[in-house]
Amino acid sequence: MKTLLVLLRKEFIQFRRNKFMPKLVVMFPMMAMLVIPLVTTMDVKNVNVAVVDADKSEISRRIVSDMQASPYLRLSLYAETYHEALDAVEKGAADVILLLPTDYEKKLVSGHAPSISVHANGVNATKGQLGAQYLSQAVTQTLIKLKRERGIVLPRENIYVQNRYNPTLDYRIYMIPALMVILVIMICGFLPALNLVGEKESGTIEQINVSPVSRVTFTLSKLIPYWIIGLMVLTFAMTIAWLAYGLVPTGSLLTIYAATLLFSFVMSGFGVAVANCSSTMQQSMYVMFFFIVIFQLMSGLMTPIDSMPQWAQYITYLVPPRYFIEIMRAVYLKGSAMQDLWPEFVVLAVIAAVMSLIAMLTYKKQS
Amino acid sequence: MNAIEINGVSKSYGAVQALDQVTLSVHEAELFGLIGPDGAGKTTLFRILTTLLNADRGTASVTGLDVRRNYRDIRRVVGYMPGRFSLYPDLSVEENLKFFAALFGVDVHTNYGLIAPIYRQIEPFAQRRAGKLSGGMKQKLALCCALIHQPAVLFLDEPTTGVDAVSRSEFWQMLAGLKAQGITIFVSTPYMDEAQLCDRVALMDKGHLLAVDQPLKLAESYGTRLYAASAREMWPLMQALRGMSQVEDCYTFGEAHHVVLKQGTEPEAVVEDLERSGLHDVKILPARGNIEDLFIKLMRHG
Repeated sequence: MKTLLVLLRKEFIQFRRNKFMPKLVVMFPMMAMLVIPLVTTMDVKNVNVAVVDADKSEISRRIVSDMQASPYLRLSLYAETYHEALDAVEKGAADVILLLPTDYEKKLVSGHAPSISVHANGVNATKGQLGAQYLSQAVTQTLIKLKRERGIVLPRENIYVQNRYNPTLDYRIYMIPALMVILVIMICGFLPALNLVGEKESGTIEQINVSPVSRVTFTLSKLIPYWIIGLMVLTFAMTIAWLAYGLVPTGSLLTIYAATLLFSFVMSGFGVAVANCSSTMQQSMYVMFFFIVIFQLMSGLMTPIDSMPQWAQYITYLVPPRYFIEIMRAVYLKGSAMQDLWPEFVVLAVIAAVMSLIAMLTYKKQS
Repeated sequence: MNAIEINGVSKSYGAVQALDQVTLSVHEAELFGLIGPDGAGKTTLFRILTTLLNADRGTASVTGLDVRRNYRDIRRVVGYMPGRFSLYPDLSVEENLKFFAALFGVDVHTNYGLIAPIYRQIEPFAQRRAGKLSGGMKQKLALCCALIHQPAVLFLDEPTTGVDAVSRSEFWQMLAGLKAQGITIFVSTPYMDEAQLCDRVALMDKGHLLAVDQPLKLAESYGTRLYAASAREMWPLMQALRGMSQVEDCYTFGEAHHVVLKQGTEPEAVVEDLERSGLHDVKILPARGNIEDLFIKLMRHG
């Protein structure tokens, strides 16, 4: 125990004296939290709509004016023909086309089922998709109002979509908890690996190996600093999320910290294990990158797990960040509590225990 | 009981045989030198004795403790100074010393007596980062750190490589002081001149021990027939000597060439031959063989 404290003290002195590391731990979360949400935001506001109103009736005008009231939609062009509207899409002036067919009002009043078409630009898939969705919602709402006001019988039951927890599907709200996960992956995974391989490259580990220090003690001295740094980085990132985006977790902070601690066990154990099995910096970094790319792409960070092929979905159960991301999003957006998330916590705890064990077992004082 | 016992130890890295059936014993409180060129297997032997590496075959023990079975106990009783500077460059002199003392669970003050003569020389720089020390001071600090837990056996792997001549001689004086305190010192060096400073030395090449004895006895064992040759034209002299049938071996040695003549060859006859072939001021005088000559002889002729 006393030896562990001595080793930890040494780690913190070295960390503090390092010219680069303390800056990295501050700058990296700041850059990630301040810049990435702005540049990766899937801008769903200001969807440009080109309207082709072939009807030119009272109802069609009502639909268009209601649409303009929406903060997410903007009438960019009132086109005469579909071609003109499509031209605007091609030039990038419009994202979505709203087609109101001839005699729309007449048919609607007489009880027929005329249809309105919404055409979206699929090049920017997210914007097109979300834009089309907003547009149909706006149109549906107008029709519901008309039904109430004039007793028009609507052709069919309208589906009303509402996105719970993130009503406008703001990509930022979805991304920020994920960014925090990325930060913990990068800081708690890479730094211990760099640190340990650094000791191998400089030969200082030889001196530790000829000393009576046990491998459990030594490994803990390489893990513990990054548990603490992981929690610090998370706190820092949450503060930025609150100050810059006004985003605060709906659920309890304790749940978030508990999950972060477990996940930093996982990542630091992983980093140390990789370093134990590598003899050079390059080797360890390539191995880390290999896994971290998989972690980021297969954990549901960027793309939903549900849309992956079945076999890939099975693999995601082995990807530790998957559980951490689920917890983070659930607590941040839904306000879930520990008891709602216990399966994720249990799995994360098991992985954390296994990873720490691997980190200790892969450290060999003898070759 | 011998401080170090090595019995038929072999170690290979793939196709390279780093150690081949090495057998050696080092007495207690002896200053023992392992002399050999780079790649002789010195570091491999050190790593086996300090429990960092397992031998393929053979047994070894340090202070009676088996390197394989009692490796934990060995780590408490040996001090190891690797060839490469391996203290923490970002910790200060004092922090390094305290750190290594704490690793072994000892207090710097308790064992200060042992390191005092060495540490006093670097004490003025106690607050300086170890990475910013000069080569000689780094080496003194490394020695202090290896000694702070009062080891019974001290392993020094090429401690003087890359250190200036003054620091080198100072360092050997320190080793003599430590030996006087009863510490067994096992030191390796590629410098033949340092062999004279050891109680006994082992000459090592390509994983084999060529000879083990006191340095003086080794030098004496060389025998006669060694001459120092010089002429106005040194390079043609060497070429001419190497081409002569009476000459067994010829190599540069300081300002002269060392020549080994075959049995029954008179140096005067060789001088005449050489002068006849156009060389001037040829001198061939009897020379005393030293460890380096012996080493070259053993290396060339097994």
